This record gives sequence, C-alpha cells and structure tokens, in this order.
Amino acid sequence: MTHIRRAAPKGLVAYATHLPRHRLRHADLAAALGGRGGPGGRVAASFDEDSTTLGIEAARRVAGARPEAIYFATTSPAYLDKTNAAAVHAALGQGADGPGIDGFAVDLAGSARCGAGALLAAAATGGLAVLADVRTGLPGSADERDGADGAAAFLFGDPGHAIAEIVARVSVTAEFLDRWRVPGESAARRWEERFGLESYLPLITEAGRRALKEAAVGAPDHVVLSSPNPLVIRRAAGLFPARVPAGRMPGHAGAADVGLGLADVLDRAAPGETVLVLAAVDGCDALVLRVTDRIEHGRQARPVSAQLAAGRAVPYATYLTWRGLLDREPPRRPEPELPAGPPSARSQAWKFAFTGSRCRGCGFVHLPPARVCKGCGAVDEMELHPLSGARGTVATFTADRLAYSPSPPLIDVVVDFDGGGRYTMELADAAPDEVTIGMRVETTFRRLHTTGGVHNYFWKVRPVEGER
Amino acid sequence: MSTKGIKDRVAIVAMGCTRFGEHWSASADDLLIDAVGECLAAVPGTDLADVEAFWLGTLGSGQSGLTLSRPLALDYRPVTRVENYCATGSEAFRNACYAVASGAYDRVMAVGVEKLKDSGFSGLTRMDPPGDGTAPENTLTAPAAFSLLDPAYCARYGVDPADMRDAMTHVAWKNHANGALNPKAQFRSAVSKEKIAAAPLVAGRLGVFDCSGVSDGAACALIVRAEDAHLYTDRPVLVKALSLTAGPGRAAMDADFDYTTFPEVVRSARDAYRQAGITDPRTEISLAEVHDCFTPTELVLMEDLGFAERGEAWRDILDGAFELGGRLPVNPDGGLKSFGHPVGASGLRMLYECWLQFRGEAGQRQLSDPRLALTHNLGGRPGACVSFVSLVGAEPG
Repeated sequence: MTHIRRAAPKGLVAYATHLPRHRLRHADLAAALGGRGGPGGRVAASFDEDSTTLGIEAARRVAGARPEAIYFATTSPAYLDKTNAAAVHAALGQGADGPGIDGFAVDLAGSARCGAGALLAAAATGGLAVLADVRTGLPGSADERDGADGAAAFLFGDPGHAIAEIVARVSVTAEFLDRWRVPGESAARRWEERFGLESYLPLITEAGRRALKEAAVGAPDHVVLSSPNPLVIRRAAGLFPARVPAGRMPGHAGAADVGLGLADVLDRAAPGETVLVLAAVDGCDALVLRVTDRIEHGRQARPVSAQLAAGRAVPYATYLTWRGLLDREPPRRPEPELPAGPPSARSQAWKFAFTGSRCRGCGFVHLPPARVCKGCGAVDEMELHPLSGARGTVATFTADRLAYSPSPPLIDVVVDFDGGGRYTMELADAAPDEVTIGMRVETTFRRLHTTGGVHNYFWKVRPVEGER
Repeated sequence: MSTKGIKDRVAIVAMGCTRFGEHWSASADDLLIDAVGECLAAVPGTDLADVEAFWLGTLGSGQSGLTLSRPLALDYRPVTRVENYCATGSEAFRNACYAVASGAYDRVMAVGVEKLKDSGFSGLTRMDPPGDGTAPENTLTAPAAFSLLDPAYCARYGVDPADMRDAMTHVAWKNHANGALNPKAQFRSAVSKEKIAAAPLVAGRLGVFDCSGVSDGAACALIVRAEDAHLYTDRPVLVKALSLTAGPGRAAMDADFDYTTFPEVVRSARDAYRQAGITDPRTEISLAEVHDCFTPTELVLMEDLGFAERGEAWRDILDGAFELGGRLPVNPDGGLKSFGHPVGASGLRMLYECWLQFRGEAGQRQLSDPRLALTHNLGGRPGACVSFVSLVGAEPG
C-alpha cells in the first residue's frame, strides 16, 4: 500500500456528461434469457457510438475552445497503438483559425481507475479530462444487465473561475484479483465479489478518512462512490454517510463511472457544499471538493437525471448485434470502403470538426469545403464555416433498406443548417417512421462503420432533444 | 452551353442488341461478340475490318479498349473506352458520332456492355477512389438517393402521398406492360398494380418494383456519314441532337434546391431541343426512351424534359399520357424497369428501340409513323449528376 498526497493547483471550471439514448430493458433481458426482469434498463450505446464518440459528445458540451491538454480515459479504447484522444482533439478544433495542432492529448486506457487518473491529471496541469466507456458483458452476465455506457468531461483551469475546487486528495493502491480482462476479450472476468469487498473496504476507509482529515471536513455533504465491484457499492456506502442522498445513477460505467457520479452531484450541489469522491479500483482515490458560488452558473445544460430519464428501448437481439455478440446475415452489398489515410488527414477539419467553407463574396456555404464557389465561381475566396454545433431542418429523407449498415435500415436526411449549408447525412437515434420534412435535428459525432480495422468517424444528425 | 450540334450529319445504319437478363452462361466477351455480330449481319457488305474506330462504353466490365479489341480480335484499330456513370452507353454513342462528324472517320461503332451479375451483390456497386469516408454515396444506395424525390415532390406540390404512390405504381405497371411485348427484355411479363404497390420495401417508399432490375447485356450501333447512309440501308436513323451536361454539384449543397427536378436534365434537354430545332417537345416528339432507374425518376423526368407541366406529371401519368397509346409514349420497349440496367449498354439499348420503331420492326409495340425520338440517360443522383439527351429521326430536316 502506497500513499500519494498533493493539493491540486487548478480549479474545476466546467463539466458535462453524455448518456447515449438507447435503453436495454431488463424485462426484455429476462424474456430472452430468463432470470430476474424488473423495471428499468441499462443505458446502451448505439451501434455507431464507441468510447471516442461518447467522449467527444461530452467534451464538446464543455470546451468552448480546445484545451491545452486532453486526458482521455476509457476501458474500451476504440484503437490501440493510436491515440484516441487525438480524435477528441480534432473534433474540438473548430475555431475560425482551422484545426490547429497545439496541445497535448493522451489516452489513459486500461482499468476503470484511469477515470480518476484523468481527473487528477487535468486537475494538476489544467485541461480537459474526458471519461468515456462502453461496457460490454457476456449475454446473461451482471455486467450486461447492470453496466452502463456514457461519458463525462471536466475542464480544469483558472481557480478564479472554478465552480468547484479540489481541497484534498489521497490515493492508496493494492494488488489483488477482483476484476480483469486479457486484451482482445470483450468481457471481464471476476473473482468472488466478497473477496473484492474484503480487499476494498480497508482501502476505501483509509483513503476517505485521510482525505476528509486533510480537507478538515467532518462529514461531507455529498459522497460519490464508484467501484466496478457491485458489492462494494452496496456495502461501502455506509462508511461515509452523506448529508444529501445520492441521485439515481445508471449502472457501472467503467472509466466514466466516477465522472457521471461527480457530475450528478454538481448538477444539484449548493455553493459551499463539500463532495467526497471515492473511486475504488485496485486501490482507492479519494478527493474532497468544495463547490463554489459559481456553480449556479456553471451547471451543465441537461443534468444527468434528465439524460437518464430520456431514452428509447432497443430490442435485445439488436443490442447483441451491435455488440458483435450475434452474427447476423449481412446484406448482399459490399462493405463501404475504408477511409484512406491521406484523404482523411487532408479533410481533418471537415471530417472531425464538421467545418465547411463559406464564400467571402456571395456567402454560399459549401459542405464539404470547396475551393471554387458554387454560388459565384470565385476561386480560393473561402473562409471556414464551423457547423459542429449547428442545428438544422430536414428537407427530405429516406430509409435505405438495401444499404450496408451495422444496423439497417440506414436513415439518410437532407439537412439545411441554420445559417446556411446543406448536407445529406445519416440520422441517428431514430426510426424511419419518426422522420418528417421540417423535423429539427442537431449534430452528433459518430462512427459510421468499421472497415479493415479502420473506424470511419464522421458526423450525423439526431432529433433535437425536447423537440421530438 | 452553345453547342452547334451535328444535326443530320451522321446516321445509324445498323444496330445490334443482345437479350438483357441474367446471363450466367455468357461472359462480357460473349455479349460483345453477339451484339456486334447482330449489328454487322444487318449490313451484308460490311464486315468488322471496315469499321475504322470503336467507342466502348462500360462502367465496370473492363477498363480499356482491350475489353473490346481482344474478344473481337480487332486488327490494331483505335478503341476508346468511355465511362460516365449511368450515361456510359450514350457517351460511347456521342463520341462515336462526333468522330464521324469531325471527318476523321467514315465508319465507326459505338458499343456498350455490362456484366453485372458476376458480382454477387444486389444492385449496382461503386468503384470510388480512396476517400475520407464522409461522402453520403459511400453508403447510401441509388434507390435510396432517388427515393428522396418522393416526399420532396409531395411536399412541394401538395400531392397526396397516396396519389404519388399510385403514380409511381403506374410507371412501373406501364413499363412492365411494354416490356412484356419485347422479346429482348429481362422481364417479359405484365405485373399487376396490386403486386407493385405491395412489394417489399427497398428504400423510402420504393418497393422492389419501383427499381430497375440488375442484368447483363450489350448493344451497339454502326455510325456513318449521313450522305453515305443509303449505301448501307434504305432506312437509316439520323442523329438530330446530342447533349451532355455534368452538374456542378451545387444542388446537393443548396437549400433552394427542392429535390423535385434534375437541373442537369433541364439543361441538356434545352440544349438538345435547340440543336434539333424543337420548340414543342410534347407534340413534335413521337416517342421517348428515358432513364427510369426508379419510378419517381421517370415522373420527374416528364417535367424536366418538358413533357408535362411542373407539378402535373403525376396526374398525366395516371391519365395514361405516356402509355403506348398515349399522347407521347415513354419507354415503349419496357425501359430499365423491364431490361434492367447493364450500365454501358443501356443508352444504346434505348437507341435500339428507336431504331426498330423507325423501321417498323417493333412488333406488338410498333407505333404508327414515328418521326422523332428522344433518348435520355441520367448518371449520379439527385443533387449532382450527368445527363444525356439525344434526338434521332427517320427523315432529314
């Protein structure tokens, strides 16, 4: 057991979360596999979402401009040997000056502890911690039923602008076999939960006690407890009672779990209140935060509870297909070509930050960007036209039942963006009978498909929240 | 566009066309040999050695002139392979005509072939250059792209979707009825409107019968100077106009474009009519072979080609205006609906029907006294496409 103790110099200035829209209902699981049903369901990433796209969805709600450092934490990295944080970096690069290259971007990928790791790194240096995960378990497993997919992003910077400051931090570490996964496997293995519980309880007690002492906090107003061991969640909650009860949370969300818990508290916490964060993964990281007066103006637009309450059911067979656990008959269509390296690099601002071009002469917007204006013929008179935060209106639409898609039918809509620009793109998180001309949509970063080991990331649109 | 045109300067004096269909036992080579053989058999004094140059249209059955010169064992002749999406066959014809009009050659051949049924896939497949993976056509299929016309047209003109459905059904019903009379068609039976309307969906509201089939086929034309035409046949077909437009792709980016028209078709039709001296296409044209890749395409084409008023084509279709006995028969041979769409061959197959009609050899489909015919091809999709329009006639002037 080792100790690390250091105060963080930066303050938490903004945060946001993203929960995918689909829900795997427990009743459907029980109907398919037997076992207990019950109300509710798990939050499930769609076929076109992975840890990178989830992370970008959360990150782009936080960062007005690209931060100096991006720490991307996940247990389900979309790539190895390639920095997933670079895609986050690219997607946030939407300024008028173009994509740019400034800044640090790194993955912390492995166990769920990297979620706390990203938070601590961003708190130490300033920058953005992006915690994102897609948690998959074998059919019938507790991980499948009680896991959750999602992302949270936390921006650290000027303490003078902080909505919360870290006032204490204690970490303890131990080596024991509770949960593990060999690279290449889709689901984790677990030892008996009670063994993990016995190992975790003293670690959590130690870290929490020291952190509170360091912060000179008697009893915290809020407690966030995160652990991949479900018994720990049930049994350790009583170790440090909170004055304010915790909100309803999705199931364990891997590296994103501690972030979702902290965000839920920040959604509700009052100025001056204290938060004890206990992230128990192969040790325990305990943080004490104090919420500042700025919290009232710094909460995310849609709280975790609202994101959790929304959702649309996904049939279990469809979910299994999305996760590659049900190998369905493919259409008699060729797989899409893999996105080639040089063209993807050349079009980085378009592909990753959805930036078109606008003619300085006549104002015609080009998606993708063009050098010769289709409105007036001017050559090289373009300025960048970022649209990654834009909303638009459906001009016409179709559902393609012939197209190769990981989840047919593929819905395509012609979108006219507010302020100019039209593009034909996929509609995510919707069914064909929900689409109409005039429907309002917003952009979302997704993975169109994967071919030859290359993920084809690009933007889609989805129905605007609250305007469905 | 200010093309002067080559009205009455070149003529078709022989044509060949294979049966279109799933030719599991025939290769592209076989189809080429058969089409060229039929063509030359119609001009007994002429053989392959008399043809000075060739234009071969194919999208994916070959990449060079060797695709034609090798199977036909041509004697070191110039063979140009051309490709222009679904207008590929027409593009071969267009360039061959210009070669004769230029004076460089006296006898040339335009040949088109496509062997689609060896791929194992449903529908056409694409062969795009490496890209960044963002273009919608990477995933969205052709029927889906053309199905965008349906809700847009209904919204633009306030057409009840049920009426639109009936009009699309009518197009498929009419073309299959025509194809049932054509021994060279892929599908040779009439299809009931009930069956068409109830077919499994492919994209949007388009069912299987709203889509052209997938087939193999080849067709060709022997083209000579107009003044030489009667050396080969007493009933040549004269080329009145050839127009091709490639769109700038503006419409796909332009909120003012409403997906109820193909600007490329409007431009190419206008240009062709001017070349041929046509002022009222509805009364001056005897028959039209148009690119009915999907039923809403034919509907919109009726307006873009000037055969119907804007917003009225659906009504004219339901009134029977474009049936064999209607005011302007469209796709009397059965169209892409009945023939399928072997891309390189389709444009020449359309001209083959004109050829038969002018010669009085169209059998049960024969129209009375046709004077002027239009053929039209469309390549690409709504928003960005190429369009070809030709006019051919039986008499000079």
